[in-house]
Amino acid sequence: MSIWEYANPVKFMRASGAVLPWVVGGAAICTLGGLIWGFLTPDDFKQGSTVKILFLHVPAALMAINCWMMMLVASLIWIVRRHHVSALAAKAAAPVGAVMTLIALITGAVWGQPMWGTWWEWDPRLTSFLILFLFYLGYIALWEAVEDPDSAADLTGVLCLVGSVFALLSRYAVLFWNQGLHQGASLSVASGERMSATYRYPLYLAMLGFFLLTVALILIRTRTEIRRRRLAALLARENRA
Amino acid sequence: MIDLGKYTVTVLSAYGAGILLLAGIILQTIAANARARRALEEQEKRG
Amino acid sequence: MKALLIRDLRLATRAGGGFGLALAFFLIVCTLVPFGVGPQGGTLALIAPGILWVGALLSCLLSLDRIFALDHEDGSLDLLATAPLPLEGVVASKALAHWLTTGLPLVLAAPVFGILLHLPGPGYVWLVLSLALGTPALSVLGAFGAAVTVGLRRGGLLLSLLVLPLYIPTLIFGAEAVRRGAAGLDPWTPLVFLAAITLAVLALVPFAAASALRVNLR
Repeated sequence: MSIWEYANPVKFMRASGAVLPWVVGGAAICTLGGLIWGFLTPDDFKQGSTVKILFLHVPAALMAINCWMMMLVASLIWIVRRHHVSALAAKAAAPVGAVMTLIALITGAVWGQPMWGTWWEWDPRLTSFLILFLFYLGYIALWEAVEDPDSAADLTGVLCLVGSVFALLSRYAVLFWNQGLHQGASLSVASGERMSATYRYPLYLAMLGFFLLTVALILIRTRTEIRRRRLAALLARENRA
Repeated sequence: MIDLGKYTVTVLSAYGAGILLLAGIILQTIAANARARRALEEQEKRG
Repeated sequence: MKALLIRDLRLATRAGGGFGLALAFFLIVCTLVPFGVGPQGGTLALIAPGILWVGALLSCLLSLDRIFALDHEDGSLDLLATAPLPLEGVVASKALAHWLTTGLPLVLAAPVFGILLHLPGPGYVWLVLSLALGTPALSVLGAFGAAVTVGLRRGGLLLSLLVLPLYIPTLIFGAEAVRRGAAGLDPWTPLVFLAAITLAVLALVPFAAASALRVNLR
């Protein structure tokens, strides 16, 4: 029994179908719980009630990066071992990651408006996320544009590899660029060690919830893609007959 | 209802936008999955 | 490889090959920006490094889809793929041809356009140097984008969407070098980073481009 057995679409469908209700249930409980708990936390003495945005912003940002990493791993597995489920999982993860990036960007902008006095600051983190969003857009657009599914999987896989390197490179390049503009202007969100337990535990719960939610969405979308692929295969067989 | 102070609009719009986007991707995912499942079942019944 | 390079150069410089188009585009960008920003010399001098770099980048983008598209249409790309020359070599020579016909003229013309934008005196050396170091990376990355999108309908638009994010590090370090040079600061740190990115891109990206090309020729 190895993990590669799930590269078989039938096995994957059976296993994911069995796991899915639990993941969905856990995602619903943890996400709702984390967000509601977060919403009920007391106001921060400096940020006022805007601290509540944290519970939406941080988990979304985390998942935005995790989705891309998952796509990278899935693309590598497809390129090396050519398991179709892997390629489809990478395809399924892209829109989820793009939405997570967008949530992180929008909540960040809304938070920044009263806190920094501007909707948009060319802060290294914000800029890197904008760049990440561009990479997601390009990746999704390439999947849509290529007709042959295997070629699309290959091309997007290569793009994901090159894109990962450049996304990372951009991250550090942006850091360099912004330091060149305004020295030492660090506008980071309150980091973990400075945060009291009042905010930490609901944040952990929200993070777990977003993680499960992302897993659930990716599983469902992968199942959708597998079904679409099977449908296309059936139609092709029918046309040949 | 809890008091959000002077940042009411900010907090509510952030939560609104975030939850709207989440709901969007969730609904789209479920709808696409249901559509694919129905199409596949139909095809398997015929074939 | 040399024969391929000479052939590409000849095709590009022939009438209708699009040679000089990038240069004209660069000129137009540099002419339009003052209309948008206003004619104050101080403002222009401040943004000149950025405008020159963005302009060079966009002009480079303009001719990218020609790298493989024409050869793909008339089938010579399939011939090249079966030739003894490895596909990575084909990509490298095509990128070099693109650089010689687009990047190099941009590098040489940039100081002239710098005058239009009131680029401060010390910036010119660094402008030429940073463009000379950075544009090869633009051509090679462009060849990668062209290889991914070759044979697609509406490939041109997708090409820009795929390639522009890849240009960000080069743009950041390139423009930063000119900005520092123009302000009389030490521009060597960004220049070294720029050169490092270009060398890494030159060494690694042709392999990615060739693998994408193989997929598209399957």
